[in-house]
Amino acid sequence: MREYLGDIGHLCVIISFIFSILATISFGKATVSIDLVKKDSWLRFARVIFFIHSLAVFGIVAALFTIISQHYYEYHYAWSHSSNNLPSEYMISCFWEGQEGSFLLWTFWNVLLGLILIKVNKTWEAPVMAIFCLVQLFLCSMILGIVIPGLDFKIGSSPFILLKDYMGDIPVYQNNPNFIPEDGTGLNPLLQNYWMVIHPPTLFPGFAATLVPFAYCMAGLWQGRYKEWIRPAFPWALFAASTLGIGILMGAYWAYETLNFGGYWNWDPVENAVYVPWLILVAGIHTMLIFKNSNKSLQASVILITAQFILILYSTFLTRSGVLGDSSVHSFTDLGLSGQLLLFLFALTIVAVIFIIVRWKKLGGEENEEVSVYSREFWIFIGVVVFCLAAFQVLYTTSIPVYNKFLGWIGIESNIAPPADQIEHYTKFQIWAGILIALLSAIGQFFWWKKMDSKKLWEEISIPLILTLLISSALICLTMMNKIDITPTYILLFTTALFSVISNISIFFKIVKNNYKLTGGAIAHIGVALMLFGILFSSGYSKIISLNNTGLIYSKEAGDDFNRDNILLWRNEWKEMNDYKLKFIGPRLEAKDFPGYIKKEHLLLLDDKYMALAKKTIEHQGKKYFDKGDTIEIYPENTYYEVLIAKANGDTFTLYPRAQVNPTMGLLASPGIEHFYDKDLYAHVSSIPSPDEEKEWSPTEEYTIKPGDTVFINDYVTILHEVERVKYVPGMPLTQEDAAVMAHFHVLDKEKNHSIHPIYIIKVKEGLAGQIPDVNEDLGIKISFLNIDPTKEEFTFAVNTTQKDYIILKAIEKPFINILWIGTLVLVAGLLLAMIRRYQEFAKMRDKNTE
Amino acid sequence: MKKTHIIGLIVIAICVGVIVSTSGDTSSYVSFKEAAEMAADGKKSKVHVVGKVKKDVNGQLTDFYYKPEMDPNYFAFKLIDQNNQEQEVVYLNPKPQDFERAEQIVIIGNTQDKIFKADKILMKCPSKYEETELKAN
Repeated sequence: MREYLGDIGHLCVIISFIFSILATISFGKATVSIDLVKKDSWLRFARVIFFIHSLAVFGIVAALFTIISQHYYEYHYAWSHSSNNLPSEYMISCFWEGQEGSFLLWTFWNVLLGLILIKVNKTWEAPVMAIFCLVQLFLCSMILGIVIPGLDFKIGSSPFILLKDYMGDIPVYQNNPNFIPEDGTGLNPLLQNYWMVIHPPTLFPGFAATLVPFAYCMAGLWQGRYKEWIRPAFPWALFAASTLGIGILMGAYWAYETLNFGGYWNWDPVENAVYVPWLILVAGIHTMLIFKNSNKSLQASVILITAQFILILYSTFLTRSGVLGDSSVHSFTDLGLSGQLLLFLFALTIVAVIFIIVRWKKLGGEENEEVSVYSREFWIFIGVVVFCLAAFQVLYTTSIPVYNKFLGWIGIESNIAPPADQIEHYTKFQIWAGILIALLSAIGQFFWWKKMDSKKLWEEISIPLILTLLISSALICLTMMNKIDITPTYILLFTTALFSVISNISIFFKIVKNNYKLTGGAIAHIGVALMLFGILFSSGYSKIISLNNTGLIYSKEAGDDFNRDNILLWRNEWKEMNDYKLKFIGPRLEAKDFPGYIKKEHLLLLDDKYMALAKKTIEHQGKKYFDKGDTIEIYPENTYYEVLIAKANGDTFTLYPRAQVNPTMGLLASPGIEHFYDKDLYAHVSSIPSPDEEKEWSPTEEYTIKPGDTVFINDYVTILHEVERVKYVPGMPLTQEDAAVMAHFHVLDKEKNHSIHPIYIIKVKEGLAGQIPDVNEDLGIKISFLNIDPTKEEFTFAVNTTQKDYIILKAIEKPFINILWIGTLVLVAGLLLAMIRRYQEFAKMRDKNTE
Repeated sequence: MKKTHIIGLIVIAICVGVIVSTSGDTSSYVSFKEAAEMAADGKKSKVHVVGKVKKDVNGQLTDFYYKPEMDPNYFAFKLIDQNNQEQEVVYLNPKPQDFERAEQIVIIGNTQDKIFKADKILMKCPSKYEETELKAN
């Protein structure tokens, strides 16, 4: 089975590709056939074809997953994305880590959505599925991995390629053609995070779902059902917006927990690439809503629903083609698929644009009458315009690398670089979009049921407005009294977001009395306003608390305005930060079947880096897990740096920022985060003494002493307490005749006493004497047991000292970040509620045969 | 004039504003020579410089200064740009941990008093995705 698995997988790829072509054709035939009998038989045939296509896709997934999870390293995909010691839950991450796998994941979700579409639709099935399968065809071609003979043009990149074929003619295979590596190169350690297990599987249903409203829209244009497509497409658009939204936010949370740029959103091109289509999709949902209520904005809906899908394809092109180069945290390399992606992008864009142009006149009509400023539609439309402008701004800057590439192709050398401070650049525009959206989502909701005039509007709006202004001004005064900086834009954003929350809550209570199903919009808007609060506080008022006030002003170049954001923490020494005191306690490791962290000095690391011996009994919260001398399976990739933090009021808590030493990517630091109800405290290691570097020890000092004697080492009072014979030495088998002696030193420190235990061993048979020195990392002291003088009962020790261990830490306070996450959940809940309502509307009409 | 036209005009105006403002924000890829000329002209805008870190024959980082126990936020090194011009660069942050491994780096900042002050360092590390080595054990 093993050697055929790749072939089976590749066969499934080819089947899925061919059957997606057949499905497109037969669904197309079913659409255009006028004869009802023929139509029906084509449709039934097309369904069978699509089922076979689905089975083939499941087959690809099963084959690839087996290859990865069974560690079949003769396959390149398993070798380059998985490894023996990878915990099993990350097998899912290995699956989509490569480009081929992520395309496969997308294809897989499309298949599931396609099956649902076949199930729920009647008259829409054939045209929608024809469009749907056309896109599916392109996706399948991305993993086809076939070279057209003669043309030397590769279509797609197969995930089932053998390592041997990938590597080409390298010496290993010349000596042994059947060589299989024993271990894979492993998953990118940054992706070894539980959010990364679920973020892509959530994002891709979002990607897949954006296709559905697009397919309905195109089918509507094709079939001349210019208005009718809105109803079935509406719940899908809401579904896509919620899954894509959750997916994006999960990615943000991953970045917050794993990367060390200090936040959840970095305006990274890859983040922007999905943010833009999401904005356009949300804009499209709003125009569809306008259409539902007033038969206006049909053209805008068609354009926006088309644009959001094209932008999803564009984002795929941006992230997969290597055009972004080094300007992104997502490091996809160019698999040579950019040409194919561009072709795909252009082909679909041209088809869609032609459809729209041909049908354009049929979409207009009622636009002649002037819209009233007191209508709900007017304000929603203004909101749509704001969404589009916000999307345009992000898209324009994010595409800068594309302009360079494009100008390069036509022979013009361009050296434009993205803005030096991306966050500042995007924020200065997007904050205004936020303010306007908050304001409009409040005002728009007041036009809920009826047309208004200025008098009625004032009646409705006055109480929330007065309430907002009261609370807002009270809070602003409070902030100013506390001497916290506040800018006019922040005041505006705060006030409008507050206005939106209050207005939408009051509207929620008005509607919920009649029909809770109609509250989706109000809930979603509350969610958005809460998110704006969360973003304003956590980003606008994030405070670096590791300001280095004690350091020497060494660098004159620095100037006075410069923030010295990082502090050096010596091991076991308190350091004062703003309102906190910090102490670096020591490095920690994680072990299998152990809930906490194990002190590194309690472990004797073995040659097999995944194994260690316990030097001491290892307990966690009073429960014993490992005995002294036990072999423990450890996770050596991550080192956690235990940092104790004491607040001014005496409360203490511990952070474990982590650093991963990875042979290929160097050191990767991830933050430790302590969550409070009103803020997060976020800290990451900026630098540590290089782990590869040998420590520099001071010249040896020798002491010949008796038990009870005191010496001074590095100014510490050090007492030789006693010397005893031990039967067991970790990591060193002893026979009956061998003798081992351990010295107990007590070192008196300010806060606690340390013990140091050097060992002296006599191997009688071999006639050897040896020593196992003991190092106390807290103090930077090494003691070796050199000699025993039995006649005088004196012992000789060698002492070396070194610089103490340290870390350099950056710590940030993020106030009210929880409001952002809560707001996201509220938004998604609102979208889902709206989706259910719109789906029920569709289902009702479908069952009456009036879809 | 209809309201839609007014809105349309406003939209166009904002788009133009965004484009103009963005071109003011964009940086550019330059050499150290150009960066120094810009500084001499009194321009304070931030630029991107692509270069290689100065290393000795053994591939070890050389001519750099980083003493965290004195000041963890001061790191100085020499960068050789694509025209082979060497320049002292000061980065007021801790030394990036895998700095030695970096083949080619991009620094973002500007020249101030003959020293290039970098606000950001983008490193192109030997990425695992470009892995082509395979060793039999």
